[in-house]
Amino acid sequence: MSKSSATFAKSVYELFSSMRFAISLLTVLAIASIIGTVLKQNEPYQNYIIQFGQFWFTTFEWLGLYDVYRTAWFVVILAFLVLSTSTCIYRNLPSMLREMRSYREDASENSLGHFQHRAEFAATGAPLQALKDYLLAQNYRYKERPLSASEGTLLAAKIGSTNRLGYILTHSAIVIICIGGLIDSNIPLKLEQTFGLKKIETRDIPQSQVPAASRLAPDNLSFRGSVTIPEGSSADVVFLNIGDGYLVQDLPFAVAMKKFHIEHYSTGQPKSFASDIAILDKKTGKQLLTHTITVNHPLIYDGIAIYQASFGDGGTKLKLNGWNLFSPSGTPTPINGVVHDSTKLTSGKVNYTLEFTDFRPFNIENTGSEGAAPQQDARSLLGGNAVAENKDLHNVGPSFQYKVRDAQGQAREYSNYMLPILNDKRWFMLSGMRTSPADAFRYIRFPLDPDQTLSGFMRLRGVMFDPAQRAEIARRFTLSALPDGDSSPEIRTKLTDSTEKVLALFAQGGYQTLSDFIEKNVPKAERDRAAQTYLKILELSTYDAYQMAQQQAGLPPPTANEATGWFIRDSLNSMSDLFFYGAPVYLQLAQYDQVNASGVQLTRSPGKNIVYAGSFLLVLGVFAMFYIRERRLWLLVKPGRVLFAMSSNRKTLDFENEFKRHTQRIADIVKE
Amino acid sequence: MELTQTAPAESYFKRLTALDWLFSAFLLGGALYALNQYGSYMDVYEKGIMFAAVGGFSVLGWNWKPIRTLMVVVAGLSLFGINDYHADLARADQAFFLKYLFASQSAIMWMSALFVMATVTYWIGFATRSEFANRVASGLTWSAVAMGLIGLMVRWYESYLISPDVGHIPISNLYEVFILFSIITSLLYLHYERAYNNRQMGAFVLPVISAAVGFLLWYTFGREAQEIQPLVPALQSYWMKIHVPANFIGYGSFAIAAMVGVAYLLASKGILASRLPKLEVLDDVMYKSIAVGFGFFTIATILGAIWAAEAWGGYWSWDPKETWALIVWLNYAAWLHIRLVKGLRGAMLAWWAVVGLFVTLFAFLGVNMFLSGLHSYGTL
Ligand code: HEM
Repeated sequence: MSKSSATFAKSVYELFSSMRFAISLLTVLAIASIIGTVLKQNEPYQNYIIQFGQFWFTTFEWLGLYDVYRTAWFVVILAFLVLSTSTCIYRNLPSMLREMRSYREDASENSLGHFQHRAEFAATGAPLQALKDYLLAQNYRYKERPLSASEGTLLAAKIGSTNRLGYILTHSAIVIICIGGLIDSNIPLKLEQTFGLKKIETRDIPQSQVPAASRLAPDNLSFRGSVTIPEGSSADVVFLNIGDGYLVQDLPFAVAMKKFHIEHYSTGQPKSFASDIAILDKKTGKQLLTHTITVNHPLIYDGIAIYQASFGDGGTKLKLNGWNLFSPSGTPTPINGVVHDSTKLTSGKVNYTLEFTDFRPFNIENTGSEGAAPQQDARSLLGGNAVAENKDLHNVGPSFQYKVRDAQGQAREYSNYMLPILNDKRWFMLSGMRTSPADAFRYIRFPLDPDQTLSGFMRLRGVMFDPAQRAEIARRFTLSALPDGDSSPEIRTKLTDSTEKVLALFAQGGYQTLSDFIEKNVPKAERDRAAQTYLKILELSTYDAYQMAQQQAGLPPPTANEATGWFIRDSLNSMSDLFFYGAPVYLQLAQYDQVNASGVQLTRSPGKNIVYAGSFLLVLGVFAMFYIRERRLWLLVKPGRVLFAMSSNRKTLDFENEFKRHTQRIADIVKE
Repeated sequence: MELTQTAPAESYFKRLTALDWLFSAFLLGGALYALNQYGSYMDVYEKGIMFAAVGGFSVLGWNWKPIRTLMVVVAGLSLFGINDYHADLARADQAFFLKYLFASQSAIMWMSALFVMATVTYWIGFATRSEFANRVASGLTWSAVAMGLIGLMVRWYESYLISPDVGHIPISNLYEVFILFSIITSLLYLHYERAYNNRQMGAFVLPVISAAVGFLLWYTFGREAQEIQPLVPALQSYWMKIHVPANFIGYGSFAIAAMVGVAYLLASKGILASRLPKLEVLDDVMYKSIAVGFGFFTIATILGAIWAAEAWGGYWSWDPKETWALIVWLNYAAWLHIRLVKGLRGAMLAWWAVVGLFVTLFAFLGVNMFLSGLHSYGTL
């Protein structure tokens, strides 16, 4: 090695082993870590684009800020830290070991004179033996070095020198922990990606079609991925989410999901999540082991830990009543569906696809505050708020979600409750609709008839929207509003015409067309009055329509009471709202056969035990450093004089006090 | 020559008095009784933890005598409170002793009041240099600790009265850990008070506890956080029982270090210097607190990692709470390096200890308030 490169190597060594370098690295690491906590990690990329705009999105992506802890630069800093700490150990270890063994018995009278903590005593007798006894009594170990007759004898004593072990243990521990962590990190994967050996899959395709370049072999050293398995089926892969895509990790065995259990406390909060699983031989399908995993109690099989992580629907079978909204009638059509599956629906000449997306057996909702739209529940098992924020929580029963997609591919999403819900003391069926997943559901409330069915409403709607019956409704309404003989035929005809008009307008587009009509045809000053008149006509004639509907179904006429009044008003509201519903059918859940799916996470982390071992050493080391105090003490026993000096690598008050105590005791001993 | 001087120092165990052994026997008796009564409900870890606690508390009591009285008083009054329930929660509002003293909520309100009174009294003692006032303040602090511990013990029992499946150790949400924080910080402080035979620092340390109490009261009256809630599945783990207290020994120590740091900074500028202990003493308390806190925080973080490995499938997920724990840890590791390796002392380290409290506070509260992650328990 040439001289210059030797000095270069030396200065690199000095730099790496210097504490300043280590502290700088730690600072950078801390700042990067903070960024990683402030910026939510591993979100879908779309969210970041919305949040930051395209420019900053690209910049942050380039810096790797969406997955800070797995970027190359972060891992490189960690690697440097390992290197720096290792060189630090290498540099300090020899002297530390020497220190631990040595008594420093070569101290001279001169050097003792320079100690900050020293004392000198005049000695009368020969206190050497008494001093030795004293040292032993104080648990010090010492070495005796006889000097010349005039120089006397040196006692070099020490206690707690295993304190140095603390340094060795803590710093080795840090290296060990980092190495364990690096083994479990995705460095090999990152390298393979860099060299194009592995490619992240971003398409939404069945896993069996994922190409080999996006698959990892079962002998992959370390991974952490998850998969959702419906009850009654099995999986032999897990998915690793990376950036905006994923990789498929093939497992050495298959996991079969027999049953997923969920238990609740009486208050509705979840109490336990558990999956009965079986491990299957991948080739033969033979069952090797059965086990129940719960949160906090994973199963470890073949070095792979299997955790309960989440749950969802695994293809619940739904029996539905389809209420045709285009040709209203009092009887629904039965429709069958399966969650995560789709079915075709034809209405007139138009084709629709029904996509069933989810089923929930319970919905714990806040029924205390009025009209609160049911919230989306995040069904992750992790964490969870131990402090319930509201006590008005109730289980409002099952709900299911589906999309209705038209021939153009446009979809609207619906969320319907199975059981009626009490609102303002009236019972309703709730159906939520939204056009984009980012929106909240807006709910339509279908009123229930006195028999607690939807038929009353549907029949009424059928009569109301049937042009052929409009004249009859208007006739009946005029008859009840203007009993015979009270008014002229012109007024009667006018009222009948107005009624037909109002009903026709309402049948075109609900309250919206009515108000548009008024705006267009009535002078501003009279609009309010006109609106009130129209609404009155509408409500009262609807009562007549309701009587007709009942009659046609062979049912007794409605009683004219407050409940019927509310039923009419609620029916009109939902008829009007239905113009914005956007689906040809309202699906009412009649029966279900629930199939759960359980989300399990599988990890292989060979570094784990290394990290634990390192952690153990770290704790030992830290306590060795703090609780074992190293102290050294010298007594130079000369004829007629005793020199006392003391030192410690920790200058604390305890040390000062101990020095004072020894000074006093030694003074006493020497005086004897 | 006096014989006593050279006689070997008596061994640790020989120095223990009959009272010490009686105390240990009392602890062991309690544990055996619990084992006999409730053994069938405990798993092997819980039994292990219980007997480890007997050992741990024995040693604690041997080394720090006043805590024995505390333990006996807390055990006696907690049992009294628990008995007074006659297994009926409704008695909390009917039975005199429960309603006004020992129902968990009453006891915790007493704790809060006593901590505030102690803070005021320490300041009176500080201002008037009255040793008597300071002694009263210490007494108030001890009483507050006792009431807080009784509150927690009774609350533990109450949770089982709600329903056996709801029952759990009361360290599972922000409300409960604030009580724990107040208790642990006071105990650590009381220990230093005795070890340094100096009560002036109380005027600086107790305000932090009062602030915690203030938060606790706001949380109680503003958010009704005192309601006992069942544990979500992720928290149903025995690791919680040791992870959380270990963390709070860390937090409490760091809080003491910071407040002593404030005292140091004032004294080093000559402000109140005549009333405060010497700078060396303040410096020493600051160092010891951080050293103890660092040790326990290390353990707590490791226990957290072990727990995470069981609950979340990975010992380190770079979850915000984990990451901030690492930042706190690195911060104090740097502090210790600067002091021990570079030998730095003085105002700069005191400032750093004060700033350290804010970093710690963020890790403790800020993460729950501002960041989201897996540690969602205790969301404000
Ligand atoms: C990952 C980086 C590092 C961490 C987390 C770390 C951690 C620690 C800890 C916790 C202590 C205990 C403090 C005490 O009580 O004495 C310590 C002490 C010490 N560290 Fe580090 N350390 C790191 C890197 C380094 C490096 C690179 C050096 C090289 C100069 C170094 C030199 C020392 C020394 C000399 C001591 C004091 C030993 C003694 O006085 O007994 N450390 N370190």
